[in-house]
Amino acid sequence: MARYFTDEHEWIDLEGDTATVGITDYAQGQLGDIVFVELPEVGSMVEKGKDAAVVESVKAASDVYAPLSGEVVEVNDSLDDDPALVNSSPEEDGWFFKMTVSDKSELEGLMDDKAYKSFCDGL
Amino acid sequence: MSEENETFEDEIHTLPLDAWHRGKGARMVPFAGYEMPIQYDGIVAEHNWTRDQAGLFDVSHMGQLMVTGEKAAEELEKLLPGAIASLKPGRTRYSLLVAEDGGILDDLMVTNATPWIEGDEEEGTEGRWGEPAYYLVVNGAMKWDDIAHLREHLDDDVTLTHMDEHALIALQGPNAATALNRVMRNVIDDMVFMDSLVHDFGEWPLRITRSGYTGEDGFEISVPAEFAESLCDRLCAEIEVRPIGLGARDSLRLEAGLPLYGHDITEKTDPVSADLLFALTKKRREEGGWMGHEAVAKVLADGPAQKRVGLEIEGRLPAREGALVYSGDKQVGRVTSGGFSPTLERPIAMAYIDTALAQEGTELEVEVRNKRLSAKVARMPFVPHRYHRGK
Repeated sequence: MARYFTDEHEWIDLEGDTATVGITDYAQGQLGDIVFVELPEVGSMVEKGKDAAVVESVKAASDVYAPLSGEVVEVNDSLDDDPALVNSSPEEDGWFFKMTVSDKSELEGLMDDKAYKSFCDGL
Repeated sequence: MSEENETFEDEIHTLPLDAWHRGKGARMVPFAGYEMPIQYDGIVAEHNWTRDQAGLFDVSHMGQLMVTGEKAAEELEKLLPGAIASLKPGRTRYSLLVAEDGGILDDLMVTNATPWIEGDEEEGTEGRWGEPAYYLVVNGAMKWDDIAHLREHLDDDVTLTHMDEHALIALQGPNAATALNRVMRNVIDDMVFMDSLVHDFGEWPLRITRSGYTGEDGFEISVPAEFAESLCDRLCAEIEVRPIGLGARDSLRLEAGLPLYGHDITEKTDPVSADLLFALTKKRREEGGWMGHEAVAKVLADGPAQKRVGLEIEGRLPAREGALVYSGDKQVGRVTSGGFSPTLERPIAMAYIDTALAQEGTELEVEVRNKRLSAKVARMPFVPHRYHRGK
């Protein structure tokens, strides 16, 4: 399994043709206390760089963009009851949704763990 | 407008406690023209700490003004709809600056800061009140406009001083008095809500007012900028006190039902629609003699088209400023500020709603991202005030 990162602070775990998507620890730290996560509907198509989810913190609403194009096949229902999972376990239990990857060439240009870390250090 | 001009217009200034905040791990953001701490540990933790213990807030961006002169009270009464002449020395009152058309130019706190001058037995003089002085605290983003407005309309015999060499620190929460009393040896023991005094703490000349913007008991302390860091260090050394950012300040004041200028009240809203009639002394409401009286009296007589109310929203999705409010298919209002209440663990909001639908308990809907959320008109404050009113 390979983990990729975007410059919008999302992570993507790729297993075969399915990607699990979430936001990074850096992102949750910037957003602060998360009180609500609006997830896409299962079966909906998302497009790379377009809105896919909304994260509501105490202070503000923030869009989460789809890191790749494809179909949403599963969403993390536990975020309904416990949106703070995104704060406590952003890169594991706090995942957002799973999607098919329609065009693997979209993975080009994404960062690996090391590249993402130095990207954050530079912010 | 050229880019250079914009940069100039948007220039961000730093406040006396800038380095202090950064040293405490604050995340700084531009606010009201200044770099301000939005949060330290996290908004919810800071919010809850303030409700349980005591939070220290740097509100030095706010405008601190002193209006002095024999005619200061009557001159201020031409611009403020509240009773200033009857405000006793050492007492504070919430008030408004109102435009000719009834719109709210700013909201503010006014304190009768007239000094008591001790008598001298050897010289055979008795104690007496000095020159009348009124201490005003106005919103940071509005202070330059307020100063211009006051200078334009106050008589030349009245002096307006901008105390821009002063920082302003708020200490808020149920344990604020305990902490402050311990540090300052019971100096605030006899103070009740809206009392104000001057106190020399060593070489630091302070003005302490028992007031705030969180709904909790608490104090606002005006301190010369050079002593601000030492004062904050001294207060934060107390086990009850932690620094709190602007994020929690906003969620606390929303729960307390206190309007935020530029959002819940603006130059386009009047004091009647804004439900701030308590700031208009009854007698002055009738007699007038203040800017905007005619326009405000007309709204009072006709009844306002809309009113500022609280909304409790079902579910967990917050409705924010700008969200439209519906009764069936009809748009009947708009949210002016809203968010998630850490104390109530539910979304709450303030909104302007058509007066006919503004009664407590009215069932409405708020639209957020094409979804309709159930909402109910609720009594404010959402979280009860715990001011120290004495016996």
